[in-house]
Amino acid sequence: MTSYTAIADQVDDSPHPGSFFTKYIWSQDHKVIAIQYSITAIGVGLVALVLSGLMRLQLGFPDTFSFIDPAAYLQFVTMHGMIMVIYLLTALLLGGFGNYLIPLMVGARDMVFPFLNMLSYWTYLLAVLVLLASFFVTGGPTGAGWTLYPPQTILPGTPGNDGGIILMLASLAIFIIAFTMGGLNYVTTILQARAKGMTLMRMPLTIWGIFIATILGLLAFPALLVSAIMMVLDKVIGTSFFMPALLSLGESLDYTGGSPVLFQHLFWFFGHPEVYIVALPAFGMVSDVLATHARKNIFGYRMMVWAIVAIGGLSFIVWAHHMYVSGMNPYFGFFFATTTLIIAVPTALKVYNWVLTLWRGNIHMTVPMMFAIGFIFTFTHGGLTGLFLGNVVVDLPLSDTYFVVAHFHMVMGVSPIMVLFAAIYHWYPKITGRFLHTGLGKAHFWFTFLGTYAIYLPMHYLGFLGVPRRYFAMGPTEFIPDSAQVLNANITISAIIVGVVQLIFIYNVIWSLFKGKKAGDNPWDATTLEWQTQTTPPGHGNWGKNLPVVYRWAYDYSVPGVKADFIPQNMPDSEVEKLAAEPDLPRGDNVVPLKEKPAGEDKS
Amino acid sequence: MLVAIVIIILVVASLVFHFASPWWFTPLASNWSSIDDTINITFWVTGIVFVLVNCFLAYAVFRYRFNKNKRADYEPENKKLETWLTLITTIGVAAMLAPGLFVWGQFVNVPEDADVFEAVGQQWHWSYRLPGQDGVLGQTAVELISEKNPFGINPEDANGLDDILIFSNEMHVPIDQPVKVLMRSKDVLHNFAVPQFRVKMDLVPGLVSYLWFTPTKLGRYEILCEELCGMAHYTMRGHIVVETRENYNLWLAKQTTFAQTLQPPEYDLVKGKALFAACSACHGSEGEGNEAMNAPQLASQPAWYMKRQLKYYQQGVRGSHKNDQYGQQMAAMSATLADDKAIDDVLAYIATLEGQAEKAGTGGDLAKGKVLYRNCSYCHGNNGEGKFALNAPKLTSLQPWYLKRQLTNYQQSIRGAHPKDLYGSQMILMSRLLQNEQALDDVVAYIRSLAPGGALTSKLPGKGHALQPVKVSAGE
Repeated sequence: MTSYTAIADQVDDSPHPGSFFTKYIWSQDHKVIAIQYSITAIGVGLVALVLSGLMRLQLGFPDTFSFIDPAAYLQFVTMHGMIMVIYLLTALLLGGFGNYLIPLMVGARDMVFPFLNMLSYWTYLLAVLVLLASFFVTGGPTGAGWTLYPPQTILPGTPGNDGGIILMLASLAIFIIAFTMGGLNYVTTILQARAKGMTLMRMPLTIWGIFIATILGLLAFPALLVSAIMMVLDKVIGTSFFMPALLSLGESLDYTGGSPVLFQHLFWFFGHPEVYIVALPAFGMVSDVLATHARKNIFGYRMMVWAIVAIGGLSFIVWAHHMYVSGMNPYFGFFFATTTLIIAVPTALKVYNWVLTLWRGNIHMTVPMMFAIGFIFTFTHGGLTGLFLGNVVVDLPLSDTYFVVAHFHMVMGVSPIMVLFAAIYHWYPKITGRFLHTGLGKAHFWFTFLGTYAIYLPMHYLGFLGVPRRYFAMGPTEFIPDSAQVLNANITISAIIVGVVQLIFIYNVIWSLFKGKKAGDNPWDATTLEWQTQTTPPGHGNWGKNLPVVYRWAYDYSVPGVKADFIPQNMPDSEVEKLAAEPDLPRGDNVVPLKEKPAGEDKS
Repeated sequence: MLVAIVIIILVVASLVFHFASPWWFTPLASNWSSIDDTINITFWVTGIVFVLVNCFLAYAVFRYRFNKNKRADYEPENKKLETWLTLITTIGVAAMLAPGLFVWGQFVNVPEDADVFEAVGQQWHWSYRLPGQDGVLGQTAVELISEKNPFGINPEDANGLDDILIFSNEMHVPIDQPVKVLMRSKDVLHNFAVPQFRVKMDLVPGLVSYLWFTPTKLGRYEILCEELCGMAHYTMRGHIVVETRENYNLWLAKQTTFAQTLQPPEYDLVKGKALFAACSACHGSEGEGNEAMNAPQLASQPAWYMKRQLKYYQQGVRGSHKNDQYGQQMAAMSATLADDKAIDDVLAYIATLEGQAEKAGTGGDLAKGKVLYRNCSYCHGNNGEGKFALNAPKLTSLQPWYLKRQLTNYQQSIRGAHPKDLYGSQMILMSRLLQNEQALDDVVAYIRSLAPGGALTSKLPGKGHALQPVKVSAGE
């Protein structure tokens, strides 16, 4: 039995909610903070969604919308990218789901630092507001691309090079402070506040994913923080961290001796782990969704854990694969191509294990399961195209083209979002006590899944053709046939449809809150602790009087000799014996119809 | 069930799309067929994995769909299977990585017999430099860049004097000769990319990067900047002409060395004045222009711009489009200037003139025009003064009707579409930001307000309706 600590054993003496204000606004309850994080992230994500629609309008139908000029276009691109990566995905996966699930899944009453947790949300909100404020300053938000590469980021000729960029950098710094407060909390809670019996190797993969992702974030975000500070200094007081001697629109400036490539190293030292900060929680959550709805243990749990750890470790030594054509010493290419392709091995194993989890399962095609299967498809696609870009010499023709855009949207846009939807449909009954509407959910899935593929599959081929990214318009370009514009128009139409369809989801979330089917405590017959609470939604302190005690791993589904097809983590062996089934049910391929209805499957 | 079928359909559709797609790599025009081979290997490996994994996924979803009379299997691990999968994946990855690293080794090591040229990037143009007779490029420094020395070459460095300077977006290279491109940026990050050559590399201020290739196919290929370099990034195009050694030598012989550009220009004002007599019939004796004759103001326009335009007229680059009737007139008249010397003489004389045209109003909205003009200002200056460094002419000396006509010509590719018009394609793209006549009028009105005596002129001759006088501070 490993280290559970006094914290987990404490009687629930955390401040109980008082007024509406302390219950829902200045709350220190991790569940309320999670919902605050989620709503804010989805709200600002919708802004980014609209921006992507605007940018697609320009690309699909150039010379049509007079309010979109090159400056505005670049601003849409930049803000879309930054919001989606940082303020939506990172915040929703860790601030939202991390906050909600960690204490519940490890059997704690709350985060170990509830006040810090609350502060983390309010600081995050401040970061969002500062970011959004940049839309209203002179010159508008920065249009330097989400990578913010200097020197152009802070020079005239790039939109938003005054107030816009400063607010962007300030907002990032504030976000990182917020993330650090949250992240330290998540790591400490997972290490120190696990319930009795919850060894590390009994933790659900969701927790493993969030745990490693948080550690990555704590190590990677400082690189972004220092580069943001250095760039602000370059901009405001004229230091030359990233600025060599140069001209700007024909005028000589006072900078001397700095290195733009240094910024790129710092940025991608953060930026590549950031991919996994988003991906690892998604990997974890999708594993749990798959296991639960396939009624089968996750295949190769230990390998899944070690794959998460290995990917997390390797993610710190692959960053310069974003910089093969950056002008850095080209000999680095050998090293980074090798590490990058090595990381493909644990990643591929995870895909195999997801598929093998479905194999010989008993798959309930629920909405979360549909999104999870959709994720396997989109992630396989996005992962495989990564092998093109990671292999340094193949990157030469494809770098900076639409192939890159299509690749990273498949792998870290669409895929994590498929998981986020799977997770929302899966955990919504725990969060609210009601199911989301299944019909609306299925419609949402089909439009989103097929629609995003209709956007990004063709986009890869624009990249093969050689269409560069971040071009406001191609204009007459000899090697690009007119048919490319037809493709672009179709991509735009798909994108608009996918964007609009998200309204179904929003409607579903609001409608189901009041009218959704009542769910009960454990509607999916899941094993993990969050489903074993005495009330749904769980009250403040989560567990009533007694903390749960964990007796087994998180994936005891369809255990031989047991009548029920799942055994909760907190069920002692003595009780399991009472569930012994006589005779055992047929498995795998040998279907023998039974007269008796098996327990636990009538709710699906 | 449905999910399984859809996944199979998506796999098939992806394959059909892949094989039927007309959108594919441009035909290769360099030695880098090995890059294409590596891409093909990668395609086969990833394609097989894509099909296998998804077919297996679809089969599992179909075969093990919910059945209330069945239970799932219980199999936490399968060491043997996991080991096999790890091994096979590792082999597949190695099959892609090994050729990739091998070809990268070729890319990193430049052949010893490679020629060298330098590509210089700036917002939003290309220019090029060749090392000249001695085969060595002269030292450069950003501090040395000026109108007289746009490349910033150190005049003290003997290696630099014979450097051949290409003041153009278009570069030439001989076929079948390996060439190493050294890259330098004057301002921000850029990227030198020619899709047909497959290779690309960023230009970074403060350091020199490189790439190399051997052109293998005659032709003229577009160079694109593929690293975001600001508002007009998408207009930063160049060309590279692959030609036979003989044609290349002919082209090379016409280029100027750094030493030649250091010579003070010679001109003869008397001859210039005599030559100008022909011009003055339309453009006016003080170079002030004349709307009735469709002649723009020449006085106070910088000579480098007019020289480029005169040569364009002479070479049929400008004024050869069938819908450009006034351009055709000018093309005919430009023939009266026999050689470069004559052009220099007449331009020197024009530089002494101070004629000012009436800048008649066009009735645009100044506030809207100011917003639109932001896109122009990066190159043409906040006050429409033009910038040599950005190859942008002065706008405020030009009459509104002339500006409007030229913008319209650009929009319709009547002007700027000729392959030899270096900066015309840029203006075609930028002019299309003005999507209707009102926008044209607005931006022209704003430019007029910047002109000396523009908006403040109370006299508004000719057609056009009166504008409200608007105060525009000179420093804006």
